[in-house]
Amino acid sequence: MIAALAMVALIGCIAWAGAAGGLAFLFSVVLPYVAVIIFVVGVIRRMVYWAKSPVPFRIPTTGGQEASLDFIKQEKWDCPCTTGQTVVRMLLEVLTFRSLFRNTHAEVLLNDPVNKGPRVVYYSSKWLWVFALLFHYCFLVVIIRHFRFFLDPVPACITWIETFDGLMQVGVPRFYVSGGLLLVALLFLLTRRLVNERVRYISLLNDYFPLLLLIGIVATGLCMRYFDKADIASVKVFIMGLVHLSPVSTAGLPSLFVVHLTFVCVLLLYFPFSKLMHMPGIFFSPTRNVPNDTRRVRHVNPWNPPKQFFTYAEYEDEYREFMAEAGLPLEKQPEKAAE
Amino acid sequence: MYNAKAVIVGAVIFAALFSSPFWLNVGKADYKRPDVVLPKNEKECVEPVEYMRAEHMALLNQWRDQALRNEKRVYVSSTGKEWTISLQNTCLKCHNDYANFCEKCHIANSVYPYCWTCHITPEGKK
Amino acid sequence: MAKLPTPHELMASRKDFPAGSWLDVKPEFAPGSFCYPAKVETMERLHMPHPHEWDPAAEDWNLPDNWEKILCDAFEERLEKHRSLKLFMDICVRCGACADKCHFFLGTNDPKNMPVLRAELLRSLYRRDYTMLGKLLGVSVGARGWDKSVVKELFYYAYQCTECRRCSLFCPYGIDTAEITAIVRELLHEVGLGTHWIMDPVKNCSFTGNHLGIQPHSFVEIVEMLADDCETITGIRPKTPFNEKGHEILFITPSGDVFADPGIYTFMGYLLLFHELDLDYTFSTYASEGGNFGSFVSFNMAKKLNAKMYAEAERLGAKWILGGECGHMWRVVNQYMATYNGPAPSCMMDVPTSPITGTRFENAASTKMVHIAEFTADLIRNNKITLDPSRNDHIITTFHDSCNPARAMGLLEEPRYVLKAVCNNFVEMPENTIREQTFCCGSGSGLNTEEIMELRMRAGMPRGNALRYVQQKYDVNHMACVCAIDRATLTPLANYWAPGVTVSGLHELVGNALVMKGEQKRTMDLRQEDLPNVDPDEPEDDAEQGEE
Repeated sequence: MIAALAMVALIGCIAWAGAAGGLAFLFSVVLPYVAVIIFVVGVIRRMVYWAKSPVPFRIPTTGGQEASLDFIKQEKWDCPCTTGQTVVRMLLEVLTFRSLFRNTHAEVLLNDPVNKGPRVVYYSSKWLWVFALLFHYCFLVVIIRHFRFFLDPVPACITWIETFDGLMQVGVPRFYVSGGLLLVALLFLLTRRLVNERVRYISLLNDYFPLLLLIGIVATGLCMRYFDKADIASVKVFIMGLVHLSPVSTAGLPSLFVVHLTFVCVLLLYFPFSKLMHMPGIFFSPTRNVPNDTRRVRHVNPWNPPKQFFTYAEYEDEYREFMAEAGLPLEKQPEKAAE
Repeated sequence: MYNAKAVIVGAVIFAALFSSPFWLNVGKADYKRPDVVLPKNEKECVEPVEYMRAEHMALLNQWRDQALRNEKRVYVSSTGKEWTISLQNTCLKCHNDYANFCEKCHIANSVYPYCWTCHITPEGKK
Repeated sequence: MAKLPTPHELMASRKDFPAGSWLDVKPEFAPGSFCYPAKVETMERLHMPHPHEWDPAAEDWNLPDNWEKILCDAFEERLEKHRSLKLFMDICVRCGACADKCHFFLGTNDPKNMPVLRAELLRSLYRRDYTMLGKLLGVSVGARGWDKSVVKELFYYAYQCTECRRCSLFCPYGIDTAEITAIVRELLHEVGLGTHWIMDPVKNCSFTGNHLGIQPHSFVEIVEMLADDCETITGIRPKTPFNEKGHEILFITPSGDVFADPGIYTFMGYLLLFHELDLDYTFSTYASEGGNFGSFVSFNMAKKLNAKMYAEAERLGAKWILGGECGHMWRVVNQYMATYNGPAPSCMMDVPTSPITGTRFENAASTKMVHIAEFTADLIRNNKITLDPSRNDHIITTFHDSCNPARAMGLLEEPRYVLKAVCNNFVEMPENTIREQTFCCGSGSGLNTEEIMELRMRAGMPRGNALRYVQQKYDVNHMACVCAIDRATLTPLANYWAPGVTVSGLHELVGNALVMKGEQKRTMDLRQEDLPNVDPDEPEDDAEQGEE
């Protein structure tokens, strides 16, 4: 945790110092291009790395009743048996975090009055689901909103999202709910990692770092919108320069902007080499993305080894006498076999 | 590679989404800062231009609160100059070309302030 | 077996998390925490790699000299063969949703029994060799190299996982610890590490046809005895066809049902049901094992043991296979069989069809194998059998979903449908412990051995607790299940956590309730215990009318 904090702070300081010390070109032009290329290429490379291994067996985790007899109702979305149903299951998983929604919290009571002894009690535990969902959707909205800097003219759909996001009309510039909730969700996820004994025990540098990096991105972003305001007209000029492949200087933009941009670039650079790959990974998940139809349709394993087993003939050879005595039907009678 | 078709489709969608800021701009003319029309007769705003660019919305908000809620109609700028707090009579007096000043920059940056839900839309607003 | 502590002592003695990082803490191989190693001659006979003498409690496990290279190469090979492994190594975010879903973790509070950390044991090795961050930053990002203590740790925790997949249900990415455990066990076998309780049945199954090593003549003898018992109870001696060609159905059930109490009563249930239906079927002494301990060893061993089913169906000319009540057998049959050893022999019919009701089991069209609960539920639905559920009135039963049928098949309603038809008193356990969220008996995947009894009681704690709850609250005195390992392991578990609850298979209760044509008045259940509320001297209603 401390190491991750130090790393994020260090990145921020380097970017700040770089922006102030004449390295603005490096941080605001070279780094973004490198980051985008590594991000896109890196993610696709990892996807190809996964795809190079086959799916030898079809192992969906069934989350409900299978399709069997016609008088028994199938849980179509938790135990799909067709491609269409599987697509729905995947959509539920990707868009609503279906599996995480099931989450429970188990508590072991040593002296339960009903059990007259130990008992495990399960509580519905939706907080992780709520904040995970909140984080991902807010992040998505924030990313979409940033397209006002990438496109000219700004498409109406982005304006609608902005209107909706700022519907409460609090403050000037209008407060965007997504940005605030994004920070709240991230802080929840971080606090959970620190407070929950189990999660703290499993957490590594690679868990704290992306969280803190995201908090850094959101904090600098919020700061530039609400506190130490950046001139967004200049921001747009700079960003449009980048996306038109004719970069302009960051003159007139605050150092905080360079820090924000650098954090985003570091996130993109880090992404393909880290657990953040769960984004494309979920689509590959073999326990979710196939129908539960292995008895209905044969799944082929490309490296299926040849069959090698103790055959019936060998078995009969071994036990023929006993089998004959027990009156079992035989392929070869003992006297024939002896010949 | 196994399931190549699905993986390639997925990779293409991914690459397309995340490179969209670049390819959506292909073929378009380079972006220029909106060419706002500055007042012809006046050279000095209430505060320096950098401050106004970043903070004008906050200043307007502050003016609204002071004028309407505190009935305080005088603003003392950072240079010590006194200004009457009034959108119509101070701001819009000089910045009288709404379409080519306020709106041009706002539209370019997708900013839709709610000034005009109360105030009369100035001339030049379509 | 050492005397077990009381349930309260057992739970109160769960240790706190260690102070140090999991990368530094090593497991202690105390007696009772590990299964005995496989015998050298067993491993040799099965041509397993590097058979050798070793003792888990000893410092030196006598690994082959180049053990590290063997393991690295084997790991690489598994990564190339299984996309699941690459993916599960890469995408875990350590959100911890799986942590308290594991019965081993709940029972031991050992952090490495959290599914996430169990997988991290392998993931840490993966990071060093297959991820950029691990290569660059090493231990600070949880990457580490192989060493002998890591091998020991892998062994310790791979055999404290029953491959029940409960964690996989809750994982937002569907990471399946069963897959990881199975592959870790494969890796360990590459350097000659296996357990006696798994390898011995595998050897038996390979060479005698079943896990228990029952030779053909003894198998026949035992089944004949069970048929005799059926006659004592019902007055009807069911037929017992063996290895006969030309029957429509080949019936395969785990051998535990032939051999072990209380599985034998389930077997008697099958015999009575098939006789009453006059089903055209046969047993096989060669394919006399439905279960597959090979699936606790490696994918190839599972394939090898499973191959006999189709081979025997082909030799006997069966049209389809009916499978008995078993958990991991159905994991293999439902998810692997057609892939391993399919396509099914050409002599088999396109879609298995019940000869009694004409129902086509479309869901088994490729494998040609139907679960007996599906088969019986269909019979009951079509009123093809007469049932008298009041014969089971002395029991208040609950139903234990076995992990594999629940989470690798989705067989949830069929057994309940049957159970409700044959029992008047049915109570569900708490909702987070049944159906797809069911808890393992704590002894699956080859851990049902005596030497780790205390560990099994710990791992079975969530199941035992849920049972205890319905016992105390609703006077439940019986637990039905559709798994042979369950029948063997839930009995001691119930004795420990909820004494007074008996365990049986589903078809034992079917056998009890089945009203057979021409049977004598039932005064005993299949266990030959007197049925309450039945006066043996009072003649049966039908008989009475006949006499008049």
